Amino acid sequence: MLAYLIRRLGQAALVMAVMATIVFFGLYTVGNPIDLLINPEDDLAAQEAAMRRLGLDQPIWVQFGHFVGGIFEGDLGTSFVHNRPALELILSRLPATLELVFFAMLLAVLIGVPLGMIAGLRPDAPSSKAIMAASILGFSIPNFWQGLMLIMLFAVYWGILPAGGRGDTVDVLGIPVSFLTWDGLKHLFLPALNLAIFKMSLVIRLARAGTAEVALQDYVKYARARGLSPSRVIGVHVLKNILIPVVTVLGLETGNAIAFAVVTETVFAWPGIGKLLIDSINLLDRPVVVAYLMLTVFMFVMINFLVDIGYSLLDPRVRIQARGR
Amino acid sequence: MSAAADTPLRRLAGDFVKSPSAVVAAIGLVLIVLAAVFAGAVAPQNPYDLAQIDIFDGSLPPGSTGFDGFHYLLGTDEQGRDMLSAIIYGLRISLSVSFISVSVAVLIGLVMGMLAAWRGGWVDSLIMRIVDIQLSFPALLVALLLLAALGKGVDKVILALIIVLWAYFARTVRGAALVEIRKDYITAARSQALPGWRILFGHLLPNVMPPVIVIATVQIANAISIEAALSFLGVGVPITEPSLGLLIANGFDYLLSGRYWISFYPGIALLLTLVCINVVGDQIRDILNPRMQR
Amino acid sequence: MTAPILSVNGLTTVFETRIGTLTAVNDVSFTVGPGEVLGLVGESGSGKTITGFSILGLIDRPGAIRAGEIWLKGTDLRKLAPDALRRLRGDRIAMIFQDPMMTLNPVLRIDTQLIETILAHRDVSRGRAREMAEAALAQVGIPSPAERLRAYPHELSGGMRQRVVIAAALMLEPDLIVADEPTTALDVTIQSQILFEMQKLMAARQTALIWITHDLTVVAGLAHRVAVMYAGRIVETGPVDDVLDRPAHPYTHGLIHSIPSATARGQRLAPIRGMTPSLIHLPEGCAFAPRCGRADAACGTAPAATDIAPGRWLRCHHPLEAGA
Repeated sequence: MLAYLIRRLGQAALVMAVMATIVFFGLYTVGNPIDLLINPEDDLAAQEAAMRRLGLDQPIWVQFGHFVGGIFEGDLGTSFVHNRPALELILSRLPATLELVFFAMLLAVLIGVPLGMIAGLRPDAPSSKAIMAASILGFSIPNFWQGLMLIMLFAVYWGILPAGGRGDTVDVLGIPVSFLTWDGLKHLFLPALNLAIFKMSLVIRLARAGTAEVALQDYVKYARARGLSPSRVIGVHVLKNILIPVVTVLGLETGNAIAFAVVTETVFAWPGIGKLLIDSINLLDRPVVVAYLMLTVFMFVMINFLVDIGYSLLDPRVRIQARGR
Repeated sequence: MSAAADTPLRRLAGDFVKSPSAVVAAIGLVLIVLAAVFAGAVAPQNPYDLAQIDIFDGSLPPGSTGFDGFHYLLGTDEQGRDMLSAIIYGLRISLSVSFISVSVAVLIGLVMGMLAAWRGGWVDSLIMRIVDIQLSFPALLVALLLLAALGKGVDKVILALIIVLWAYFARTVRGAALVEIRKDYITAARSQALPGWRILFGHLLPNVMPPVIVIATVQIANAISIEAALSFLGVGVPITEPSLGLLIANGFDYLLSGRYWISFYPGIALLLTLVCINVVGDQIRDILNPRMQR
Repeated sequence: MTAPILSVNGLTTVFETRIGTLTAVNDVSFTVGPGEVLGLVGESGSGKTITGFSILGLIDRPGAIRAGEIWLKGTDLRKLAPDALRRLRGDRIAMIFQDPMMTLNPVLRIDTQLIETILAHRDVSRGRAREMAEAALAQVGIPSPAERLRAYPHELSGGMRQRVVIAAALMLEPDLIVADEPTTALDVTIQSQILFEMQKLMAARQTALIWITHDLTVVAGLAHRVAVMYAGRIVETGPVDDVLDRPAHPYTHGLIHSIPSATARGQRLAPIRGMTPSLIHLPEGCAFAPRCGRADAACGTAPAATDIAPGRWLRCHHPLEAGA
């Protein structure tokens, strides 16, 4: 088990190194941030001073050396635009994104699992067919357009929810969160729903397939033969068995959700790392883009670990195998 | 060989028409593709010919009649462009970008996947390690960062999509090829001392195609939506060649003032296209899935 | 004779399939008294398992009970509302399933599954329910029951699992237990241990037991009476020694003579010719006629149940002489 963990960590480190190299050199070849950052009417001396301050006057491999050295000191460079350490900048925006992704996942599970189970228990009922048709639509609908339509309905026509921004936040352990204020919750709902709909369609499919399979198992019939209430049979005996694939896939999808948060945050002006990435790309703020990438790679590695742990918590059979390994 | 070759195809078509929704989706898809290919003949207006656009007809709601009596079925954008025509031309760009990139990705995936399966050893390890790493990141994110490095442009979007998509095909092809290579007909071909490339392309290739076709239909839809998202984010196609995604992005600013049609109808076109492809793809998958055949 | 615990009258259970109506259980009647063990014997597909599920009201679409009465201690189970019937399941009637590997939910611990059964039927505290579950495990001979309670099903051996399931069945002291081939998946030594324990517990509590099996040797050792099923019908029933020693129905006779035994060593086994018929297109008349050496034109009509001795009847136009 330990050897397996170490090997996985080694692989992850290699992935991070390769990605860092590719992105660093890739981004260097595009445009010159000086053109954007420095007033063209400044004289040459002022421009050169700025270049020196940002380290842009040195050969690319020296810059790369600084960059690699910096990584080990937790320094991913300084944002050209914000004039703050890139990592600090991203970490300050990270809670907003994580809150958004978390609530999207929550919505996807809370709505998707019951709908999928209904469709799985009575596959021929009209309601089940409607659920499955809706899930195909949910798969196909372009995320950003669906977000625009949510804004159009809820913000423009009905005027019941705000079109963008994060609303009021409260600090919990020094981290600002939206979901504890009514205003924040109102701002959170549409972006979370926007991000959730694709995952919801996925969860519906998984839950339906799982339910249809589990409902035929002997242990479900046995649970009924013991006179358990239908809610206990479905809510415990079926649900706990279908949650295993749902949690696994959803965990693996968390990374995708963070990526798609880029789109959602742009549509809803949600001040997370996704919006920061788009702004930084447009402003050629290289250190922020690279720092974003490094952080994302790191998060993906963590997600994969967490999925493994979550999986073993739900499935005792896996837990035993892992212990034996 | 040639006599037997058309039988599976005919069977495929026979199975396909059993699902009414798949048939409707297939017809819809054919109409969409035809409209995109013959955009010049189908669209009421050439939205990029300035002589045909009247700025006085700007931001008209759907069903309006313009200054010179032109009927705008889906309204106009702020520059007086007919939205229906803009959608048909946008569809052409969306479809051609995704079709070209998926085609090239399929080719690369076939070569890499068969090579990995055929050679094994370090070649296999190297190719599959790259594939694994790449597939562990969301396609949209990789494409986004690639375009951040490459810059805007139709050619660059296509390149980014190829880089993102080839790995899916390589993995599928390798998996299918590994199964096929163990079968007797490959052993027979090998025992005739045929050259490797002839076994790969003459014997192996036709047999790994079914899963590739399934993945390709899904990935065309995937490519269309990634391209749309990239263009929406402002790193995709340039304003001179707007895809559906860029049309939607352009309408974003007018949405809050109630001029919904500039974003709404391109989105409907995009959605219809994706639903048709997904329904058709689902049906093809169900037919070709060996588990369902048993 | 005391009043029976269970009395089934004309039970008919059908399944609607795409190619026609499948009659899995056809006009089945029997009774089981307190402390009595009824062996329900037949080949796979004879309808014995569906009979068990019908008694518990566990027939799902596309299946349905078409006709008959199921009296449990003066209550017709078919007239009960679904929820009232559910309250009887696991409490007054318990069922033990065929495969102990598949019966217990793999993701729930033993204690969860036993305690939930108690709490579904008894208004007791969780702590009291745990004590009851522990006592039930001890009763069926499970060593260190408190520890076993915290185990997951896959951590127990097959025999141990089936003991857990038997404990779950006995836990609430039901009037009737329906056991569907509970020992078929087990080793012979464990099977005999479990049979012994079951016999002891049933006798002590005067529980009625229906033992569904295809294994005549188990029936011979365990049951008081036997009912032989063929193609959805009971073709012969009576006291176990009478039926097994002197079968009157050609099918029962064939069944007994197709198994090897110590007394018949060296004799040629006599397997029954042909295959079990499809339950969708049953032949008119006696379903066994196509495989029966004694069949003639009379077998084209369905034989009625005929008494041949007290508590013993069969459906056959040409019964064997008793003792043949």
